[in-house]
Amino acid sequence: MYTDRVIDHFRHPHNMGRLAEYSAIGKVGNIVCGDVMWLYIKVEKDAQGRETIADISWETFGCTAAIATSSMVSALAKGKTLDEAIAITNRDVAQELGGLPPVKMHCSALAADALNEAIYAYLSAAGREIPPALVRRHERIQKEMAAIEKRYEAFLKKDEAQAAEGPKEDACA
Amino acid sequence: MLKTIYLDNSATTPVAPEVLEAMLPYFRTDYGNASSLHALGQTARRAIERAREEIAATLGASPGEIVFTSGATEADNLAIKGLAWTEKQKRHVITSRVEHPAVLRTCEWLESQGYDVTFLDVDAAGRVDPEELAAALRDDTFLVTIMAGNNEIGTLQPIERIGALCRERGVTFHTDAVQAYGKVPIPVHAVDLLSASAHKLHGPKGVGFLYVRDGTKLLPLVHGGGHEGGRRSGTENTPGIVGFAKAAALAFGELASTPKRMRGFRDRLIDAITQIPSTRLNGHRTESLPHIANFSFQAIEGESLVMRLDEHGIATSTGSACSSPDLEPSHVLLAIGVPLSMAHGSLRVSTGRQTTSEEIDALLEVLPTVVEELRAISPFKVGDARCTPTE
Repeated sequence: MYTDRVIDHFRHPHNMGRLAEYSAIGKVGNIVCGDVMWLYIKVEKDAQGRETIADISWETFGCTAAIATSSMVSALAKGKTLDEAIAITNRDVAQELGGLPPVKMHCSALAADALNEAIYAYLSAAGREIPPALVRRHERIQKEMAAIEKRYEAFLKKDEAQAAEGPKEDACA
Repeated sequence: MLKTIYLDNSATTPVAPEVLEAMLPYFRTDYGNASSLHALGQTARRAIERAREEIAATLGASPGEIVFTSGATEADNLAIKGLAWTEKQKRHVITSRVEHPAVLRTCEWLESQGYDVTFLDVDAAGRVDPEELAAALRDDTFLVTIMAGNNEIGTLQPIERIGALCRERGVTFHTDAVQAYGKVPIPVHAVDLLSASAHKLHGPKGVGFLYVRDGTKLLPLVHGGGHEGGRRSGTENTPGIVGFAKAAALAFGELASTPKRMRGFRDRLIDAITQIPSTRLNGHRTESLPHIANFSFQAIEGESLVMRLDEHGIATSTGSACSSPDLEPSHVLLAIGVPLSMAHGSLRVSTGRQTTSEEIDALLEVLPTVVEELRAISPFKVGDARCTPTE
């Protein structure tokens, strides 16, 4: 079901882990639906004085496709100027992986969203003007995450209640 | 390519060599249609009726009580719909939240047709409470359908007790025994309808049966030439039926040994895997099928785990959302109260007759490393029950 490129990135992920020093984090996804992606970026000026993604890394809880798309988005964004990185879309991520199964397309959206959110977080922390397209995507991403929280409210409450009680002693375990 | 270590035997099993051997003549030389009058046809007929007797004997049933089908999904459908369609007055069915989709979806379909269905909750190990079932029985209940052993977590249901309750109230009792048949003794005396499948016990795919207690009336799903006593039309799958009988004979012949060995593997898996930090057993420690063990690992996702193990040549499965077409985690894990943060990180290990001690060793050697690797790239850190990401 997965392409060789997906399997290759899953087996040998690029830029995984957490940067020792980073400028911003993009956090997307929710544990309830099984995918969470955190993307770390380190922004520096290049020789021409343009802001670039000098380093990038990620931590992902998710399936094969989620891990492969995390790896791919980091590979695509590394060394790019912020403007170039903003232009990276989920289609780019999926295409570079040779396609994804239809049910897994949301994983490529998640990866592009994480990059979007990291750049948004960087610009807003720096008090800089944020391109309207980036703002629109940020608002869409936040809205979607809120919708998931709402949809799984009952489950999340249950998880939290169990967390408060501490690990339950199972009759069986 | 390294040899696959196949630990997904509750999905399907390899056909036993003896089974294949028994089937081959019915493809090559004795290929007649069992309804034909000529000698070839009558050879096929005799083979099918011999197989029916052998299968009936494994249940202490009479041959006329066995209806061959295309598999257990069809058998479940025949039991549930076939019974519902004979009912003129009664509209109520009772099942549980942990049934196989073949039963759940069929009951939901009945609901859509105006029937009333009660989906019983289960306890933390996945067991139906017979008291709760007794309380749910109504005057218009015509069917209770509760599986014998769960296909995801292995938990056994109190079939004998449930059967007795149904008998008292004159309600027909169906059990999906797909995973239990040939693995644990089944109290058939307490059951009216029972589904089983050949490919779960080293028989071929595409053949199953429904045991129908004498006197239980069913309407057929499949109309046609009136095969199987009019209960299931369609030319009999002679090689499949012969293969099923052979597979059943093998399984019941070693009922005292193979399940015991499987139980030993399961105990070892549980002892070793629950030593991995932030890991839980899903299901019951002892009240279970011998061949299925299910675990959850905090902070990792099941599909990734299955794919990583596959790289090491080990075939397993998961109930994670990412592995299902609807992106929802396993209904069984949710029903037993596994938190969502753990439900995504489940692993099912299921053994078969061919499983060796060395294969269990190989899994136990690889698994902790794979879990550690996946936890290293996860934003979640293990330890707290909510599994909150930490910066």
